[in-house]
Amino acid sequence: MSSSNWAREALAVLVKDVRSEYRTRYAFSAVLLFAVTALAVVSFSVSPYSLDADVQAAFLWIVLFFSAMTGLPRSFVREEEARTAMSLRLTTAPEAVYMGKLLFNILLQGAVATVVVPLFLVLMDIAPAHPGLLAGATILGTLALASSSTIIAAIVSRANARGAIFAVLAFPVTLPGLSSAIRATTAALRSAVGSGSGLAAGAAGSAGTATGAAGAAGDLRALAAYSVLMIASSLLLFDFVWDD
Amino acid sequence: MCAWASRLLEALKWLLGVWMTVVVIAAFFYAPAAQNLGQMSRIIYFHIPAAWVSVVAFAVCTAYSVRYLRNRRTQDDAAASFSAELGLLFCVIATMSGSIFAKATWGSYWNWDPRETSIFVLLLIYGAYFALRSSIDDPARRGSLSAVYGVLAFITVPLLVFVAPRIPAVQSLHPDGPILATGGGLDMDGRMMTVFISSLLGFTGLYAWVFTLRLRAWRFITALANRQED
Repeated sequence: MSSSNWAREALAVLVKDVRSEYRTRYAFSAVLLFAVTALAVVSFSVSPYSLDADVQAAFLWIVLFFSAMTGLPRSFVREEEARTAMSLRLTTAPEAVYMGKLLFNILLQGAVATVVVPLFLVLMDIAPAHPGLLAGATILGTLALASSSTIIAAIVSRANARGAIFAVLAFPVTLPGLSSAIRATTAALRSAVGSGSGLAAGAAGSAGTATGAAGAAGDLRALAAYSVLMIASSLLLFDFVWDD
Repeated sequence: MCAWASRLLEALKWLLGVWMTVVVIAAFFYAPAAQNLGQMSRIIYFHIPAAWVSVVAFAVCTAYSVRYLRNRRTQDDAAASFSAELGLLFCVIATMSGSIFAKATWGSYWNWDPRETSIFVLLLIYGAYFALRSSIDDPARRGSLSAVYGVLAFITVPLLVFVAPRIPAVQSLHPDGPILATGGGLDMDGRMMTVFISSLLGFTGLYAWVFTLRLRAWRFITALANRQED
């Protein structure tokens, strides 16, 4: 099969998923409402002015992680529940299915993040010190979440207890990406002469001055490398999940 | 299996029993206590080998998983799950013994030290692996899905080893100076070193023995089940 054919199939899977999502808006509305509810709980329960940058970053990524956990398994579970998985298996190459689903998950999680992150900044009353860094951390973090969750979603869609075990399976695999995203976001939110920076630099110990923008650049690179690693190994392993 | 090989295995089993007894006695009476930690330092003869075995068992599980994905033999899937079972057991032993040590020296049972974080993630991976296995009924599908998850988790573990020490606000409290040099090399008294290496070998042997025992029992049970079917 030629490569252009392969890419066209992946795009066809993506377009099919986007179209069916646009008709029902099931996944997007469920995930978005979940994320907004979680944000509201966070901002009700803590006073926004008393939080340090690292706590704010942790809150943001907990909300994003769990909204990914509610939304991303849908991409494959829907195929199994609607009994369309078999016809997809017959007509499309496994790698094309994986890439299509991955692109759809990136789009879905990206759409959620573009709503959640500005809302978070407004509700928690934050003026990020490095907006560009925050945008980079959000984009790459979203990519990392989607790339590690897509193959887990494929695994879970073929098991019995689908909803219950997805987060359990995804968390250990996602953790490297998640912790890099949290660190980069912390650096983005922390103002250069902010109150927390001195304390945190002391606490970081061996990391020393790496908590600044230079360290954050390293975290962004780690996130990109992690996503590439996850996508590459998923492409190699997906065949065993899909055609068993 | 021919007669002399099974006799050799029998002899190795007895040797292992004697070896482990000697190691346990030597850990308490032959090896000296470390300077700063005192008697507490004797944990290294049990805690570190258990942690080592839990990582080795995970690697073995991954190797069998890859082999299962290649040629789909039920035995490889069974071996992967047995190795994971043993790894989980040793992981729990390492976590609990380390936690007791942490309470005695650092004052709290758990404080997200980087190495505590990585062993916690290893526990989570083992837990997730068995949760996945128990949620699939079809044996062939269970084998391939759990094998894929095992390989995927194994790929992320080295990342964690590099990432976990960089998590801010936690500095490693693990004793580096007197026992483990920071470069990963060992800086020990000669007698401590002897007992430590012997214990490491003994624990690995223990793992290998129980693993082969479990595999042989599995072979007998499946052979018996096949014969009853015929």
